[in-house]
Amino acid sequence: MSEETTFFFYDLATYLLNGITQGSVYALVALGYTMVYGIIKLINFAHGEFYMIGAFVGFYCIAAGMPLWMAFPCAMIGSGLVAITVERIVYRPIRYAGRIPALITALGTSLLFQYAGQNIIGADPKAFPKVTDFENQTYKFGELYISTNQIVIISTTFILMVFLYWLVNHTRTGKAMRATSFDKNAAELMGIDTNKIISFTFFLGASLAGAAGVLVGMYYNSVEPMMGLIPGLKAFVAAVLGGIGIIPGAVLGGLVLGIAENLVVGFWVSTYRDAIAFGILILILLFKPSGLLGKNTKEKV
Amino acid sequence: MSQYIADLALLCGVFIILAVSLNLINGICGQFSLGHAGFWAVGAYSAAAYSVYFAPPILDSLNLLIACGIGFISAALAGVLIGVPCLRLRGDYLAIATLGFGEIIRIFIMNMDSIGGPRGFTGIPKWSNLFWVYLWVVITIVFVVNLLRGTHGRAIISIREDEIAADSMGIYTFKYKTMAFVIGAGFAGVAGALFAHDSQFLHPNGFTFMWSVIILLMIILGGLGSVTGSVIGAVILTILPELLRFFGDTVSEWRMVIYSLLLIILMLWRPGGIFGKHEISLPFFGKKEKA
Repeated sequence: MSEETTFFFYDLATYLLNGITQGSVYALVALGYTMVYGIIKLINFAHGEFYMIGAFVGFYCIAAGMPLWMAFPCAMIGSGLVAITVERIVYRPIRYAGRIPALITALGTSLLFQYAGQNIIGADPKAFPKVTDFENQTYKFGELYISTNQIVIISTTFILMVFLYWLVNHTRTGKAMRATSFDKNAAELMGIDTNKIISFTFFLGASLAGAAGVLVGMYYNSVEPMMGLIPGLKAFVAAVLGGIGIIPGAVLGGLVLGIAENLVVGFWVSTYRDAIAFGILILILLFKPSGLLGKNTKEKV
Repeated sequence: MSQYIADLALLCGVFIILAVSLNLINGICGQFSLGHAGFWAVGAYSAAAYSVYFAPPILDSLNLLIACGIGFISAALAGVLIGVPCLRLRGDYLAIATLGFGEIIRIFIMNMDSIGGPRGFTGIPKWSNLFWVYLWVVITIVFVVNLLRGTHGRAIISIREDEIAADSMGIYTFKYKTMAFVIGAGFAGVAGALFAHDSQFLHPNGFTFMWSVIILLMIILGGLGSVTGSVIGAVILTILPELLRFFGDTVSEWRMVIYSLLLIILMLWRPGGIFGKHEISLPFFGKKEKA
């Protein structure tokens, strides 16, 4: 192999690694989108804001001197609780009003968190505090560099996904969630408290997003109130790409999106980074609206 | 002070055109678009490019008219390009796809160096004045209202009421959806052209997703599907930030928070907006018509 080809493959490996890192963050956020959509058919625009809230809870916990292993669950629970509150106050009254009013409400909630955050916390990015019990090192394999941060992101995501898989497929609550998403009325008749299950789904989705927020805060070293907007939209793209409402689809979509983005940015142009995700969204909506793993359904009268 | 009021009135006119044109797409045809700021930007930038690079030394108002025409045509073309693929989608998917296109338009403008790119587009002549803006406001409203009263308008309304039923009654829904979308986009382009020749400076960050939401809030506030409602919504939301300024800087900073709360509260308690689908008209001004 000539030297150029070797470097090409090292470049490719670096972009793939970055893509998987970013993709696993998208996947974590997309899981919440997909679960909420699966259960109440609502595109929760405010999901990106739960990610931002998680990052900030983590930020303040670590700044107050908590170790990472304590701050991490705190951030997850914090953003989960915010999600439950939002669901109870805003989404529950609007649930039967139709999809467009619900979409507008979600849009309003998202903007509310962004701008309230800007006014309360301040719009300038804050440096994520150094986590004392965690050392960021870079390992070198040939010309390929892997940082501890990347390993932590990928492994945490993997653990959370295995946990989610177990929760949804092998527990009573998971069975109730699947039943509610399959047919809400029938589930209610079978004695499932669907309101509770929907609240729990919001909690679960938001805590995954909160976890992603802390991981990203550590990775990029900064948090700001607007940080949820673009990743939130991209995670939605990831959810649609994989097939919205399908849990493995969100993971697949997140990874594909992350890798595609990093390959295009690495080998081609970097200024169109944000356009790639929307381009993918439009292509998938036109050619296979049900997503990569989805089945086609026909709208009925 | 009078200059200030004139500026505000001019901005009101621009937003009335934007709100009425978005209402044609969202409220009257029922196709939920979140990319209106994108068409606004296309119109503004193409009209500004004409007046900066190509305008012959003729009468200013004639040049403005040509610029508005260019704004209309270019935004309508963008509407065709975006509408034809996107209008096959429905409801929330359409909303997200148009949102995506709105952002893509902005990113493309950001990367075009000849029209300023990230530096912003400067040196646009100030040709807009109250007369031309309100002439276009009248043209937009008369056009939309007349459209609604004819065959095409009835077909467009029937799509909002029930698309499947309209389809089975023999209405070519795709054609009428595209028609509403393209006309709406075109008038947004005119608003862009007028805006460009008023502010004399354009920046891609002035056409973010936030503006699409604000225009949406205008028509929701007035009532989805009501032309008079969207006029009133546009006027309220253009003047409101200026009124908030009197309460001090803190209130002014909380403007977007107030808007988003307004959006949520409206959806919870009055999802149809203030006027719903009804038009307001004075009793002696003309007989009340059921829309």
